[in-house]
Amino acid sequence: MGMLGNLVVVAVLLALIKPVRYVYNNFLPEKVLHKLVRFWDKVFLAIIWIFAGMTVAALGFIIFHVLSNGLPHLTIPGLFSFDAPPETVTLIPAIVSTFIMVALVLLIAVPLGVLSAVFLVEYTGAGNKFVTIIRSAAEVLAGIPSIVYGLFGMMFFRVFLGLGMSVLSGTLTMSIMMLPLIMRTTEEALKAVPMTYREASFALGAGKLRTVFRIVLPSAIPGILAGVILAIGRVVGESAALIFTAGALLEPRIPSGLFDTASTLTVHMWQLSNYGRFMNETYAAAVVLLIIVLLLNALSAFIARKFSKV
Amino acid sequence: MMAKFMESFMAKVFFVCACVSVLAISVIAIFLFSGGIPAILEIGVGDFFLGQRWRPGDTPAEFGVLPMIMGSIYITLGAIVIGVPIGVFTAVYLAYMCPRRIYGLVKPVVNLLAGIPSVVYGFFGMVVIIPLLRPLAERVDVIGIPTGDSILAASILLGIMILPVVIGISESSLRAVPSHYFEAALALGASKTRSVLCVIVPAAKSGILAAVVLGVGRAVGETMAVNMVAGNQPRMPVHMLRGARSLTANIVMEMAYAPGRPDSLHRDALIGSGVVLLLFVLAINMAFVFLVRKKGV
Repeated sequence: MGMLGNLVVVAVLLALIKPVRYVYNNFLPEKVLHKLVRFWDKVFLAIIWIFAGMTVAALGFIIFHVLSNGLPHLTIPGLFSFDAPPETVTLIPAIVSTFIMVALVLLIAVPLGVLSAVFLVEYTGAGNKFVTIIRSAAEVLAGIPSIVYGLFGMMFFRVFLGLGMSVLSGTLTMSIMMLPLIMRTTEEALKAVPMTYREASFALGAGKLRTVFRIVLPSAIPGILAGVILAIGRVVGESAALIFTAGALLEPRIPSGLFDTASTLTVHMWQLSNYGRFMNETYAAAVVLLIIVLLLNALSAFIARKFSKV
Repeated sequence: MMAKFMESFMAKVFFVCACVSVLAISVIAIFLFSGGIPAILEIGVGDFFLGQRWRPGDTPAEFGVLPMIMGSIYITLGAIVIGVPIGVFTAVYLAYMCPRRIYGLVKPVVNLLAGIPSVVYGFFGMVVIIPLLRPLAERVDVIGIPTGDSILAASILLGIMILPVVIGISESSLRAVPSHYFEAALALGASKTRSVLCVIVPAAKSGILAAVVLGVGRAVGETMAVNMVAGNQPRMPVHMLRGARSLTANIVMEMAYAPGRPDSLHRDALIGSGVVLLLFVLAINMAFVFLVRKKGV
């Protein structure tokens, strides 16, 4: 019950705040109070600087640690050989699986998400009942933890639909996971397109469909792309939802088809980290993941800058 | 004629696409609840939620999920205690103190923090945080071999992982406070620090609270990073430097080998702990939506 004791101490301290404050505000001579005010000012300014520094330091240290330990082991071709002999580690199958997974998820989630957003923004008025239902469904979907998606994918796609531990099960699970993200970013992008564009298009005699596909969607592309890049990052970084759906192989191989098992790089890195003897390879895999994340961030910054200038 | 047909046809296509998310959430709910709830009932609601022992291999097997619930709660509380002050003060710094040039450096760094996969965080925790905590754990615990895999390790790691969420939402709610609040405080003779902390931060309270709630949601749902550093012993948490298992780790640890019906309730009990997790997260998200809707961040 040591934990409970700690909680009691915290509660007592919290209860003491009010009386202490009362004394502080009412019974101190003015001169002391002025000095104290200045003192606390400095203390809090220091805290702000220190905590902001800690945020930067934490990230800096994580990146520095991973890069300094991983880069020396990022051997080429070693870790990147296509036909590695058994008992050695190559990252190529995992990287290829990751690319396949990302492509398939985008293939499913992007059209679905974009078309859903079009329905929500262009085809319904405000206060429509369907819109409320669909929005709340997307909100709930966005909040579900990835391990629950993993459980669901295992029960539904793998067992109930009989897709097995496969690329397809993993892809479908991840697609549902990415749907709310694509929907939300596309919705925001569509809403940002000025009404005058649509009015001008209608005035020229274009129908609703033509207006959506020729005028509204093209102008919303930067926003949609930002969502797509976020989704790519999430698929690359996902592990909990994939372990029980796409599989976690000890020695990944390039999947032979949609119904073959596959481990993405993140899942593979997790597997490697479970073995003490593959420390260097784990660091190397972490470096590759970091580089992918860095590139995606740079890409989204680039797109934001490029389109905001136009 | 063709154009008209296409118009109405595509309108239906859009509608069907939009319904997919509703369909998805229904199927998820049906499958999880139909898998988990019968098992919970069979184990007994009291034995499942309040049972302190998780021993799926014993005969008779025991499926008490309370240690995992407490594990999740303690780890999350620790993450909040560590991550929220740092995150909120960083947001204050970013919104009010920081020169534009430094902002251009720090903001991308925070965004990058959000993009790093949880497995990379978990690995970092394994190779850096745990060895740091080991001497401390050895001093506190004389029984057994303390490894440093602990609630504290998981809390520190999650504290770092929730930073981007807390910073992002706090910053935008701090920026949403009208600038004349700040100017009025300055005009009354308050220093810049005091104006920000005593006027702006209280005004942005609901937004900051929403940030905390969203951080809690992240921390409760996080699986791999926690699994890699928390030690994962399925017993009631003792203290910060001992291991604990979260609801999420429980699923990921045992699902791969859990025997299903009719041999054992193990698999369904794990789905049951998934249901508990889902209910937790749904409650947290509802709190978030409520906070945001009420005040408008």
